[in-house]
Amino acid sequence: METPILEMKSITKEFPGVKALDNVTFSVRRGEIHCLVGENGAGKSTLMKVLSGVHPYGTYSGEIFIEGELQKFNGIRDSERAGIAIIYQELALIPELSVYENIFLGNEVTNGVVIDSNESISQAVDILKKVGLDVNPLTKIKNLGVGKQQLIEIAKALKKKVKILILDEPTAALNETDSDNLLRLIRGLKEQGVTCILISHKLREVLEIADTITVLRDGKTVTTLDVHKDKVNEPILIKHMVGRSIENVFPKREKVKVGKELLRLENWSAYSYALGRDILKNVNISVHAGEIVGIAGLMGSGRTELAKSIFGNPDHYRLSGKVFINGVEQKFRSPHDAIKSSMAYVTEDRKGNGLILIEDVKQNISLANLKEITVGGVINENEEILVANKYCSELNIKTPTVQQKVRNLSGGNQQKVSLGKWLFVKPGIMILDEPTRGIDVGAKYEIYTIMNSLVEQGMSIIMISSELPEILGMSDRIYVMSAGKIKGEMPVEDASQESIMALAVDY
Amino acid sequence: MESLKQTKSETGQTESFLDILKANIGQYFMFIALVVIMIFFTITTDGVFISSRNISNLINQMGYIAVLAVGMTLIIVIRHIDLSVGYLAGFLGAFSAIAMTFWGWPVYAVIPAVMIMGILAGMLTATPVAKLGVPAFVSTMAAGLIFRGALLLVTMGTGTIIINDQVFVAIGNDYIPDINLEGFLPGRHKLTLIIGLIGIIFSIFSAIRSRRTKKSYNFQVPSFGLFVAQLVLISALIGYVAWILSGYNGISWSLVILLLVVGVFQFITTKTPLGRHIYAVGGNPEAAELSGISVSKITYIVFGAMGFLSSLSGIMYASRLHSATTTAGLGFETDAIAAAFVGGVSAAGGVGTITGSIIGALVMMSLQSGMNLMGIDISVQYIVRGAVLVLAVVFDRITRRNQ
Repeated sequence: METPILEMKSITKEFPGVKALDNVTFSVRRGEIHCLVGENGAGKSTLMKVLSGVHPYGTYSGEIFIEGELQKFNGIRDSERAGIAIIYQELALIPELSVYENIFLGNEVTNGVVIDSNESISQAVDILKKVGLDVNPLTKIKNLGVGKQQLIEIAKALKKKVKILILDEPTAALNETDSDNLLRLIRGLKEQGVTCILISHKLREVLEIADTITVLRDGKTVTTLDVHKDKVNEPILIKHMVGRSIENVFPKREKVKVGKELLRLENWSAYSYALGRDILKNVNISVHAGEIVGIAGLMGSGRTELAKSIFGNPDHYRLSGKVFINGVEQKFRSPHDAIKSSMAYVTEDRKGNGLILIEDVKQNISLANLKEITVGGVINENEEILVANKYCSELNIKTPTVQQKVRNLSGGNQQKVSLGKWLFVKPGIMILDEPTRGIDVGAKYEIYTIMNSLVEQGMSIIMISSELPEILGMSDRIYVMSAGKIKGEMPVEDASQESIMALAVDY
Repeated sequence: MESLKQTKSETGQTESFLDILKANIGQYFMFIALVVIMIFFTITTDGVFISSRNISNLINQMGYIAVLAVGMTLIIVIRHIDLSVGYLAGFLGAFSAIAMTFWGWPVYAVIPAVMIMGILAGMLTATPVAKLGVPAFVSTMAAGLIFRGALLLVTMGTGTIIINDQVFVAIGNDYIPDINLEGFLPGRHKLTLIIGLIGIIFSIFSAIRSRRTKKSYNFQVPSFGLFVAQLVLISALIGYVAWILSGYNGISWSLVILLLVVGVFQFITTKTPLGRHIYAVGGNPEAAELSGISVSKITYIVFGAMGFLSSLSGIMYASRLHSATTTAGLGFETDAIAAAFVGGVSAAGGVGTITGSIIGALVMMSLQSGMNLMGIDISVQYIVRGAVLVLAVVFDRITRRNQ
């Protein structure tokens, strides 16, 4: 058997508190299209970052062989030299520069000192031909669509004499025509002898294009399937992707009788000026007191956008449709209005837009409801400490004092501070966006327990999550989103990981 | 040692002196640096630096920069900068002069009018920043150019305008009146000493009250010995400053204004929801917005406050010079920004205190005054002030990283 072009052996990579990759083995044959699939957080991106040197040699254990030779990459430069090129979902192009300037960025063609524009342009034309792109090399990147930008990224990689091309969800932001173009190009590259590794959530396109498929789950290799020999179809892949059993990680909850409707969306649509496209299309959902409603879907399916658009629309989407809170139509102009109508939103990215890391625990907890502890225009700082202490003990936040800066706490404790902050608002409807991302199992269990006791008290919770077991273990009812639409609604009794995943990958 | 242990076992909740020092090293450091600088100049000038007359002058010179530094602190805390304040102050000073001298407006109408103009100018400058996300650097630089043009325009016909209004001139030059106590402490400004005494009593009283409240909540309080030491230190400081000032003409109206400004802004920033909101916007604007705080509203308020303080600065400066000149306000913004950074404000946002910036202003003004007394050439003075600015910021950076 010939030497594989790439072999990753027993790769283990740990982040503080999480094992992102656990003894992963990954082997790619020369000239094949190898697809890497798995749920969000399964370790696909981490594996590719190890391969491309973003996580340098020494920060992981295990070995990487390229054409049989052991590699020790210290950075992206090293992996590029070895012939590896990676194209991320977020494109690394400079919008204000032209096509040819971007292609040669970092590798400018010069005659000694000065950039040789004519030579660059003529080379660029050849390279663009290879990717089947007919654009003027002098066009600025910002004037091209996402699909063409993607092709230019590939062109940029080809110029570097790439042996292994890695594409991280290249079609996630593309429409059908652009996706088809891209897939055709990848097949063409294969004929030219370029090996491709493709990460994708779209199983249909994976099955269409792949020679080999490797499935990752929870940082481990589950299986590697040869599309031409083994029996492979969507249900089989989904089973491998989600195949773990739900163990006893979810606390039991007495099912209370569902109360009255607290939130209803009617034909809710949103258009993002920043992205220039519709991000939510005719969403209709209804949430009642005393229930946890799970919103499942893959990254980019519009879940966070849905939450923000309801919660006072801080990103200023153009909205249409109606929101009813407690049966009354509301038009929130800011998160402030939403909070006044007894809503709370625990954000997905607690460090980015959830907490103020340089401030302490008590200041973070009181921030959204300062008026409660303000007397005669002055904040009663002693009351503030009491409030903070109360939530620290109720939520079991582990911090030496409430005067501790939040950035010094662990992820789980930060998340609980975030939760405490919104509980202090005493909301009726709470949106939890990825409430347990990046925190350990113990803290997860605690957060689930808190959620259960909140709904038992009559609150309604909307839980956005990428983790299917969490969706199934915690929700009463589930909505599945894909491409800005609600693809399905089901009571938890009728749902399975397979049925949710099938809807989530339905584009 | 024995007594220390005892207090600990009694209350079970005491903070050690070291904990407090560690937590506040940045602030204390600048204060210590200020004391060192003052001692240094006192020695090199044979005591002239610390003389009542010099300290009194230093404070009056500092007033119109220090009020700007207070506003600039908040501007930088919310991650912006304001380059327009110098010329805004200059323009508003000139406007006051014209209104009083040529239009015959009474001083009591001019001052509020100018303050309102300042607030409006600040909010107008903030509009592109708050509404469209234009960088404050650009918006305020443009505003600065406009105010500079306006200043030149209004002083074009006349050049320097002399101000004769006695009340207006008193703001930057006069001192609070004294009371006459026959034969008691001759040569000392008695009212200043009395005010100092009141200040000491007030701070002791409020410290005791705050400690009592904390105890009633069963919160951690510093040990009694440390508490007394703190009170003694603060009392001694207030007493000493009052004693020095009483040796010349007492408390100046400039100092009164400065103390009022610092008091009000310190109160707002540390005790009220508005203050919290300002620091929250600086610490993480997105999180603040999602917590129901309107970032654009806070931006308007902070720039409005800066405009108000610019008007005060302009009034104080015109008053001090008895006139409005075509170059008034030149470089004020640089001095205010420097004071804020020396005082520990972080350009990354969310960090910086009013008192810190006042200490920063004192450091910069002491350097200027001390080097003037030593007869050091202005060229060297600039170099030294630049070096101190960069050192202070580097130090701040390092201590923050170590935390």
